[in-house]
Amino acid sequence: MQKYSVFSLIKNAFSDHQNWEVAWKDPTPKKEYDVIIIGGGGHGLATAYYLAKEHNITNVAIIEKGWIGGGNVGRNTTIIRSNYMHDENGLFSEFGMDLWRKMSQDLNYNVMFSPRGIINLAHSDAQMNAYSRRGNSMRLNGIDAVLLNREEVQKLIPMADFSDNVRFPIFGGLMQPSAGTARHDAVAWGYARQADSMGVDIIQNCEVTGFDVSNGKILGVRTSKGDIKAKKVGLCVAGSTNILAEMLNMTLPIETHLLQACVSEPIKPLLDHVVTFGAGHFYCSQSDKGEMVMGGDLDGYNSYSQRGNLPTLQHVLTEGIAMFPFLSKLKMLRTWGGIMDMSMDGSPIIDKTHINGLYLNCGWCYGGFKATPASGWTFAHTIAQDRVHDLNAGYRLNRFSTGNLIDEKGLGTKTWIS
Amino acid sequence: MLYINCPHCGLRSQNEFAYGGDATVKRPELNREISDQEWDNFVYLRKSPRGKHLELWHHISGCRQWIKVERDTSTHEIFKTYKANEAIE
Repeated sequence: MQKYSVFSLIKNAFSDHQNWEVAWKDPTPKKEYDVIIIGGGGHGLATAYYLAKEHNITNVAIIEKGWIGGGNVGRNTTIIRSNYMHDENGLFSEFGMDLWRKMSQDLNYNVMFSPRGIINLAHSDAQMNAYSRRGNSMRLNGIDAVLLNREEVQKLIPMADFSDNVRFPIFGGLMQPSAGTARHDAVAWGYARQADSMGVDIIQNCEVTGFDVSNGKILGVRTSKGDIKAKKVGLCVAGSTNILAEMLNMTLPIETHLLQACVSEPIKPLLDHVVTFGAGHFYCSQSDKGEMVMGGDLDGYNSYSQRGNLPTLQHVLTEGIAMFPFLSKLKMLRTWGGIMDMSMDGSPIIDKTHINGLYLNCGWCYGGFKATPASGWTFAHTIAQDRVHDLNAGYRLNRFSTGNLIDEKGLGTKTWIS
Repeated sequence: MLYINCPHCGLRSQNEFAYGGDATVKRPELNREISDQEWDNFVYLRKSPRGKHLELWHHISGCRQWIKVERDTSTHEIFKTYKANEAIE
């Protein structure tokens, strides 16, 4: 594989950039693989990469219905953080933060990781107490957290509404300085390129139409490009998990919901951090192109449409304007939607299933992007070793029947309620 | 914008309603021993189909009645609405 560097850039400039190698091949599927990963998004590509890199399993195919990176990995708001209170989520995400820091070097691909810090705003004394508790829990797990008072927040984000007569005055905030953003498409492409170079077949435009299961063991998958045998199959399909589960006669603690995001027209550098509104559901950061990247609530009802509805967007942006009044002057450039695998406790599932050789990676709700490396790493471990790693030991499928929920937000089963 | 035909009030915009989730899940009967698996099925497991979905909505800014709505989860087409206690064929 051609290494990307300033020297290869200069060299290729002399041939008008016509002679770059393709970043990944377009193979026809083989008859059989050791492992098939269904879903060529961030998590699927990362899983294939870590299977090859950490476990030396390279006879792997990624099967993608559309094109790689066309789903949620290309639709998110690129936020990376580990500001969780519960141990399972905190330790898992913090392990991921380490992988994020090394990712550009590891993949030889600039994912533009930008640890600019995330600030969760608090709008009451009670919320400050809750953030203090969360921050202390984070620090006990080795995650950086700083409780900010009103003046400290004002120094960092003076453009927020600090006037006297507001419905939700800013009391302070909780900051994770090491959190940040990354270029989401580059993450997918970087993992794809490395996985491909280690022998993984990335098969695009290939829809899974069924599974070959016999005596409780997976034998292969049926696809629009023919039947493919496999010793092990991993599902990494986010919002489409229930569609595949139905083919397997499985019912899961997952509902598929729609989340929208939007960007404004680009403006000059203004916002240095990721900031979230504490009295509702709104978050905002500024991209390198200058666009304000914004998101918030789910549309709030089961949906596979990948296209949003206006009332939710209006509601979310109302919160945005309450936090950053200047947003009202901006024109919207784009809005889009993606479908989320909302689990019943708001935490993910990375586990084996009752079918031998079938593995499940789902339930990321609206927090899948930041988990990409840790999810791929632990899912690869679970598939390769046929057992969960300590890091995903809390993310078992049976935790719902045993009562070991990881209810980070305390929302109960209706995690789509805003 | 969804327009939902409330069986009590007529056609109203989505803004008047709150979503209540899958209407096909049934609470296990009272006054008998219920296994963990049955509770699991009722509380946590959902089909979440792509296509026709029978769901509860609450006309919270209208008549405040709960209703059932049959809606397509990929096109958002609403086929039929029912009163909460109405038999569904």
